[in-house]
Amino acid sequence: MRARRLEEEVFQGLMRASLGLVLAVLAAIIVVVVARGASSLSLSMIFQTPKGGYYLGKEGGISNAIVGSLYLALGGSALAILLSLPTALVLQREYTGRRLATITRLCLDALWGTPSIVYGAFGFVIMRSLGLSASLLGGILALSLVMLPIMARAMEEAIRMVPLQLKEISYAMGATKLETTISVVLRQALPGIITAVVLAFGRGIGDAASILFTAGYTDHIPRSLLDPTASLPLAVFFQLGTPFPEVQQRAYAAALILLIMVLMASLAARLLSGRFSRHMIR
Amino acid sequence: MRWRRIRDSAATKSMRLALVLVNSLLLLLVLGLFAKSRPILARQSLFNLLLSSSWHPLKGEFGLFPFIVGTLAVTAMAMILAVPICLLSAIYLSEYARRPVRELVRPIIDLLAGIPSVIYGFWGVIVVVPLVRYLGHAVGSPTTGYSLLAGGIVLAIMVFPIIISVSTDVLQSVPAEAREASMALGATRWETVRHVILSSARRGLMAAVVLGFARAFGETMAVLMVVGNVPKVPTSLFDPAYPLPALIANNYGEMMSIPLYDSALMLAALVLLVVVAGFNLAAHLFLVRLERRS
Repeated sequence: MRARRLEEEVFQGLMRASLGLVLAVLAAIIVVVVARGASSLSLSMIFQTPKGGYYLGKEGGISNAIVGSLYLALGGSALAILLSLPTALVLQREYTGRRLATITRLCLDALWGTPSIVYGAFGFVIMRSLGLSASLLGGILALSLVMLPIMARAMEEAIRMVPLQLKEISYAMGATKLETTISVVLRQALPGIITAVVLAFGRGIGDAASILFTAGYTDHIPRSLLDPTASLPLAVFFQLGTPFPEVQQRAYAAALILLIMVLMASLAARLLSGRFSRHMIR
Repeated sequence: MRWRRIRDSAATKSMRLALVLVNSLLLLLVLGLFAKSRPILARQSLFNLLLSSSWHPLKGEFGLFPFIVGTLAVTAMAMILAVPICLLSAIYLSEYARRPVRELVRPIIDLLAGIPSVIYGFWGVIVVVPLVRYLGHAVGSPTTGYSLLAGGIVLAIMVFPIIISVSTDVLQSVPAEAREASMALGATRWETVRHVILSSARRGLMAAVVLGFARAFGETMAVLMVVGNVPKVPTSLFDPAYPLPALIANNYGEMMSIPLYDSALMLAALVLLVVVAGFNLAAHLFLVRLERRS
């Protein structure tokens, strides 16, 4: 009996230690990024573009990367919504048989797991076949591929949660599938759909591998879709790789800004899903 | 009425179009990358490319072997570190923790999943690399710290969320009756976990681990930043390695000038895609079946 007790206690201890370790690591990541970033963050970092000699440690900021990242993630989200919302809606029972729906979900799961560097390479292939060079448009294309499965899968989950009875009421009143989808399903699933978009936005804004060669990097804020575009993740990556401590300091700041943006997106996803739920019938 | 019908069927058709596009995307990815890797496959056999360790782009030799070994080594390292920690955490969350604890921890794990990979890489450079350097000196194998071990540690942390959340779900899908029956026979909680829960959740847990493996296999930026990137087969934990994703990410700028280089990198991307998508599909297919049974 004592041996059994002991075994129980040893394993419970191990489990607590494991979970503690996981949580401690997360805390350590956030603490390190905040502590390092806060000391090098300044207003000029946020509101200025790099000036001459910036990469040797002179004046300037990373507003090009901040704005670039926002453009990329917003554009990518817009493009991804265009494909993922209809996909998620058409996976409803009225439209698609169970078999095809299962296959599509599997495809989306596989796409979700596909490394973003592969999307980057594929995006680059498409870009070159369209005759584009590294540009905002190229980055948006590649990023939308990364965001598509995340968004579609989350939207589909939300749409699947819509109670069947509600839809049946709508059909019983003579509404078409489209009318039911727009005025019942979309309204009912709106919180989930918004959450899906914000979630994918958060993933997209932090993704570096897909835009590494599709968006490029410049010191100015892009003026057209065909301009190369800087981004925060790449600002962290490139600046950390330089040998100058002053420039590395800026990588710290860029990392902090990026982390704040991602955490805000994650928080927004939670809050928004509450706010939009007032249109729901429960 | 006619107008409503027409609108309805038009909408259905355009939504179906999106569905078709999404379903063919995986195939398009494979075909696109395959088309681009044709030039190098025409010159050398696939077998040769995958198993040769001579990487000399200037001489036209593109052996991917060191990179494949690098990927496997870093991924294996990550899994060795992550799997026990994740499974123990998941068992705790599912079997021991009270509901409020579980509900508190879940969003935190999701948060961990949402952190961008450059941030993990950044943290790795600042925290893990010096740690590994120190460790290397302590055990008598001097290292810069940019090594297989550093890559493995960072990757392990990155796969925590996916393994923990999937395996918690799997464990919770074990019927409560199984637990109750075991406890009624006088088994302790841990004995219940070991003999009843683990044996019925075994294959679902495997799927969780496979998902983690696939995630680790294709991770790019974080690993690239801490792993050292030397194209040689690593022989110790403190040696640098050079995984496939890092190869692609690092060489995009220069590849244009050397013939076939582009094609070799596309082949690397294709290998990555096929391996990762294969493992992912297998794991999800299994999880779908599991879900249907319960």
